[in-house]
Amino acid sequence: MTRKQRESPTINGAPMADIAFLLLIFFLVTTTIATDKGLSMLLPPKPDPENKPEINIHERNIFKVLINSADRLLVEDEPLEDPRLIRQMVKDHVLNYGVNPNLADSPGDAVVSFKAARGTSYEIYIAVLNEVQGAYYDMYADRAGVTNEKWRKIASDLGDPENKRIYLAARKDFPMQISIAEPSN
Amino acid sequence: MAKFKKKSKTSQEIPTASLPDIIFMLLFFFMVTTVLRETTINVHQRIPGATELRKLQRKSLVSYLYVGKPKQESFGTEPLIQANDVFIKVDDIVLWVTQEKDKLDEVERDQITVALKVDKEVKMGLIGDVQMELRKANARKLMYTTIINIDY
Repeated sequence: MTRKQRESPTINGAPMADIAFLLLIFFLVTTTIATDKGLSMLLPPKPDPENKPEINIHERNIFKVLINSADRLLVEDEPLEDPRLIRQMVKDHVLNYGVNPNLADSPGDAVVSFKAARGTSYEIYIAVLNEVQGAYYDMYADRAGVTNEKWRKIASDLGDPENKRIYLAARKDFPMQISIAEPSN
Repeated sequence: MAKFKKKSKTSQEIPTASLPDIIFMLLFFFMVTTVLRETTINVHQRIPGATELRKLQRKSLVSYLYVGKPKQESFGTEPLIQANDVFIKVDDIVLWVTQEKDKLDEVERDQITVALKVDKEVKMGLIGDVQMELRKANARKLMYTTIINIDY
C-alpha cells in the first residue's frame, strides 16, 4: 500500500507581509500625531462690575504693548516693526532693578500690559504673546540654571516634586504678570 | 582559452522572512500613536506658529474650541465657533463649558482647560468675546494651540 506523502502543515507566510503593509498604510494615512502644544495662559477671574479692584501701579512699572487693527505695534509709545524685538525689551524692562527711571523698579513690580484692537489679527497677537512669554521663560530658565526648553518642560509637569521645587524657587518674587486687556475699538 | 568569470555559488536573494516582522513593528508604532479624529472640523484651520510652546498636561481635562471661517460657503464667510460637532454662538459658550465640566470627575472640574484652535486670520474681537465668556464660565485655563515655528 503506497501512502501519499504527508502535506507539510505550515501556512504560507508570504501574504502576511502584504496584509501588514495594507494595515500599515491605513494607519499611516489616518495618523495625526497629536498637536497638543501651544501657548498656555490663565485668564483673570470673572469681572465684577460692583467692586472694581483698585489698581495702583506706578507708570514706570508698566511695559505697554498696543496693536491696532492694521496689525501695527506701538511698544512703550514708540512704533515697532518686528515683534521679535519685544523679547529683549521685556527682559530689559523686568531686569532693570530701578536703574533706568523709565523701566521697572523690580521684577516683582513689573507688568506687561498688552492690548489689541477688535480688528487685530490673531496671528500677530500670538506672535507678541509668544515673545512676551518667551522673555519670561528665558529669565526663569536663567534663574533655574536650565535652558529655556528644559524650563518649559519643568513648568508643564509640576506633578513631579523636584520640578515643583525648581519651579517655585525660580518664580519666587518674580511673577509673570502679563495683563491682557479686552480688545477695544 | 580565456577564463570567464566564475559563477558565484552563493544565493543572490535577500532573505525576506524578517520583512513581516519589520512591517509589524512599524504597524504597531502607528497604531499606538494614531488618534482617530472624533469630530469633523468644519472651519478652516491655519494654525499660527510660535516658539515658546508648552505641552498640555492631561488630555482628559482638555476641551477644544475651533474658530475660523466655515468650510461650507452656505454658512457665510464670517468666522464661526465650533464646539464638538456643531457651530455655537458666543452666548452658548457658558452652557458648553458647563456640559464639558459635567463630563469630568467632580474633583477635577475646576481644572478644565480650553484649547483654542484658531485660524490665523480671525480677528481678536471674536477671540476677546470668547475669552470673556470663558471667564464668566470660570474656565480660566486656556491654551492657544499653535504649531512649532522653526523660522525664528
